[in-house]
Amino acid sequence: MKKSTWFILSGLIAALLLAGVVSNYASGHPDGLDSVAREGCTFDADDHITGGTCMAQSETDNATKDSPLAGYGLRGIGNDFLSTGLSGAIGVVATFALGGGVFWLLRAGRSSRSSHQAG
Amino acid sequence: MPAVAMHISNGIIDNQIAVLFAGVALAGLALCFIQGRRELDDRLVPMAGLVAAFIFAVQMLNFQVLPGVSGHLLGGTLAAILVGPYLGAICVTIVLVVQALIFSDGGVTALGLNVTNMALLGTAAGYLVVATLLRVLPRRTWTLTATAVIASVVSVTVASQGFVLQYALGGATDVGRSLGAIAAAMAGTHLLIGLGEGVITALTVTYVAKVRPDLVYAVRNLRRPVVSEAVTA
Repeated sequence: MKKSTWFILSGLIAALLLAGVVSNYASGHPDGLDSVAREGCTFDADDHITGGTCMAQSETDNATKDSPLAGYGLRGIGNDFLSTGLSGAIGVVATFALGGGVFWLLRAGRSSRSSHQAG
Repeated sequence: MPAVAMHISNGIIDNQIAVLFAGVALAGLALCFIQGRRELDDRLVPMAGLVAAFIFAVQMLNFQVLPGVSGHLLGGTLAAILVGPYLGAICVTIVLVVQALIFSDGGVTALGLNVTNMALLGTAAGYLVVATLLRVLPRRTWTLTATAVIASVVSVTVASQGFVLQYALGGATDVGRSLGAIAAAMAGTHLLIGLGEGVITALTVTYVAKVRPDLVYAVRNLRRPVVSEAVTA
């Protein structure tokens, strides 16, 4: 196998480990944008707004909220660790596939234009 | 469980402004596709795919920056250093599309807002800092590492101010705070998040530059040449 292929494969394995295992140890606190959007409101234990005025109160449902992977969990898997890890691993593979596809098409579009022997 | 990521949800910004920024994002991406295509060779195709997949993975890793506040890497600087600004912005966009469509992370109607902030602004700002510093700083082993940290801090802070601009133009809820206060709150937390991103970015690009310098765009194209190496024509 070519040297570059090894590099890509080991990079993918690293990404799979990060998204599939390490992701379970990530902080669950609201992030930078969320914390600003939530400022001014009070929340109950289920994260529903109970009062106040904040940016987050105008938030509406997302068209993809019923996706089987919504919220970084795989629906139907009861074990949280497994559910988060599997969703992350699927995400890494999906992103690599979509990215590889987009860049491959972009590259294919170029080489068909000329024989790239421009001196 | 990882929290929802640092992406704008549906409804936070008015629809008209969301549509406006979808146009901005598309125009910016068109430029990236045209410019990026010139730089794309066979070796870069899988590398750019890997950069996107790696950013997706690291975006799941929220780290705490303040009591009760977390953040995660956005990836613009990492992508710009490894595959350049144009392909890098496309990499971050691919991550945002996968997150919005499959993981319901970031509103689908807010995709243009998020792409503008994180993929376009974040990558452009990170790249400008990287390009400047690598041309100015002496060529030492620590140069790329320090550059990655500084560029990440600037990149994430600039991206956060993109949201402030969008909120100023079309915020759906008036929260009774001045724009200056919102800008300061966003800049404050994102400065810290940028530092965290800087550590991750520096570790990653320093490692890749050590084992495969030929795969690092910034090393190939931007690094100041060693004076003694200068070839006379």
